Amino acid sequence: MTSATASAPLRQVGKPRRSITRWVPIILIAFFVLAAVFAPLLAPYDPNSQNLLGRMRPPGTMSRSFHYLLGSDELGRDLLTRLIYGARVSLFVAIASVILSGVVGVLLGMLAGYLRGWVELIVMRLVDVFLSIPAILLAIITVAVLGTGLVNVIVVLALTRWPRYARIAYGQTLSVANMPYVRLAAFMGASTPRVLLRHILPNIIGAVTVVATLEFGLMVLFEAGLSFLGLGVQPPTASWGAMLSSGRNYLATAWWIATFPGLCLFLLILAVNLIGDDLRDRFDPRSQ
Amino acid sequence: MMTETAQRDETPVLAIKDLRIQIGGLDVVDGVSLRADRGRILAVVGESGCGKSLTALSILRLLPKAARIAEGRIELEGTDLAHLPEKDLEDIRGNQASIIFQEPIASLNPLMRVGAQVEEALRLHRGLSHAEAQREALAMLVSVGIPDPQRRARQYPFELSGGMCQRVMIAAALICRPRLLIADEPTTALDVTIQAQILDLMKRLRDEVGTSIIIITHDMGVVAEMADDVAVMYGGRVVERGPVDTIFAAPAHPYTHLLLATVPRLDGHRKSALRTIEGIVPGVDQWPKGCRFRSRCPLATDVCARRPSLDPVDATGHAAACWHKDRLREIA
Repeated sequence: MTSATASAPLRQVGKPRRSITRWVPIILIAFFVLAAVFAPLLAPYDPNSQNLLGRMRPPGTMSRSFHYLLGSDELGRDLLTRLIYGARVSLFVAIASVILSGVVGVLLGMLAGYLRGWVELIVMRLVDVFLSIPAILLAIITVAVLGTGLVNVIVVLALTRWPRYARIAYGQTLSVANMPYVRLAAFMGASTPRVLLRHILPNIIGAVTVVATLEFGLMVLFEAGLSFLGLGVQPPTASWGAMLSSGRNYLATAWWIATFPGLCLFLLILAVNLIGDDLRDRFDPRSQ
Repeated sequence: MMTETAQRDETPVLAIKDLRIQIGGLDVVDGVSLRADRGRILAVVGESGCGKSLTALSILRLLPKAARIAEGRIELEGTDLAHLPEKDLEDIRGNQASIIFQEPIASLNPLMRVGAQVEEALRLHRGLSHAEAQREALAMLVSVGIPDPQRRARQYPFELSGGMCQRVMIAAALICRPRLLIADEPTTALDVTIQAQILDLMKRLRDEVGTSIIIITHDMGVVAEMADDVAVMYGGRVVERGPVDTIFAAPAHPYTHLLLATVPRLDGHRKSALRTIEGIVPGVDQWPKGCRFRSRCPLATDVCARRPSLDPVDATGHAAACWHKDRLREIA
């Protein structure tokens, strides 16, 4: 349903479907967020307690005191428990890196677009440089330098992703900065920070939000990718990417180890992207 | 006449002296001198491209980046704005002198409540608390004739009509009770009945707040309605200036004469074609030497190749820059 190009009568017909695509992802994300927040209450076991006698048990089996609803991994740890705890890492890394890179990128982009001159030159060329290097490669190099760990992963992701925000904020600021109300505010004695935060930011935040939702999905994927490569969150901390990575070795014998974290990643990213699409449609004046 | 002279003797609120503005090395405004007297309304009239808007913008140093003030003084109550550091200008803009633009709707931030935008200048310049600023803003909204100001102040610009937005703009511009208000074609985007209301409002506020107004327009109707004094601009120069009655009754420059003749008259022949001025305003790089109206002027002779000075016509302050002031009757 591409609402931007659909004619009015078609949109009428499409309405019920749109409300489903609007609510399902929100419910899904709420589900993941609740799981992450209340992990200690929801998870049946400790995420790191091993049961070497009950290694790689299929979903629904029991071994000693463990009841493996979604099976166990190669060390006999409960997969459901680790998925719930893994949601914490995935969501925390994604949210923190989106906020960090968003704030840095939007600030630099707005400054470049509003002040122009040499600020624009330096910031935007820097953006070009960053965007010309594949993000995951840049992330790998930075982790190699900074070392692994949760905080480092967040810093690395922010470092590699701020140019996307900077570019969109820059473009939007350029178009808003010449509006009479922005010029008037500046003329009337509003300081640069005031003009940026009070007059420009509210008018560009829509586009930035859309980028942020798309980036959020990507950040979940990046964290998983880094963990998958052994550069992210270190064992035994549960993370969907790390679980996927270790489960890959047993794909032929124990499919559930890699499948469930993969499914969670898939659903989370899908949900976030659907919300991003929806937001984009709402913020796009042509679709209203 | 006595009061007139007395008024003229005190220092003007704004005096522009020999202002020259350049864009890319070309003089787009060339030797303009204007004065706005206390509590009076000065109309600057001219066709598109005559430099009237640039002159207006230059007063608060709001010129586009490409343009620069090459020469001249802009004195706001004695302070030369043309050479003032940017930092000091910030205290003046919106405080001692304000400007309103043509597009009232685009001049308001679409995502800020109207009331907050009226308050902004107060909070920036007077450092008032939110509650105090709000009270003054509401009072201002009342005096610009916005009904139900409590509710309106909480609305966003898209909920207001164009005329309403211009009222809000005027409220925001006058909230600090500036000495000078510059209005750059304030009614062009509005329909005629709203235009009349806005003009009345500006005149009333001029009396209440005691603000001098410079109004930039190409509309002779606005001039007749509003102005006390008129400056007619052509080709980046003031070609004629004086009290509005004198200029309307006895223009001394052929351009003013023709400009007035283009205004349709209620008592004119209905069948007769509307008058126009032959030709178009030449580009900035194609202005003729000497009198710049020469290429379109029916009275032009060889003497016009020399630049005429803005000489007084009589004692009322009426002055015109033309070699042929005495031959105006020849224009049919």
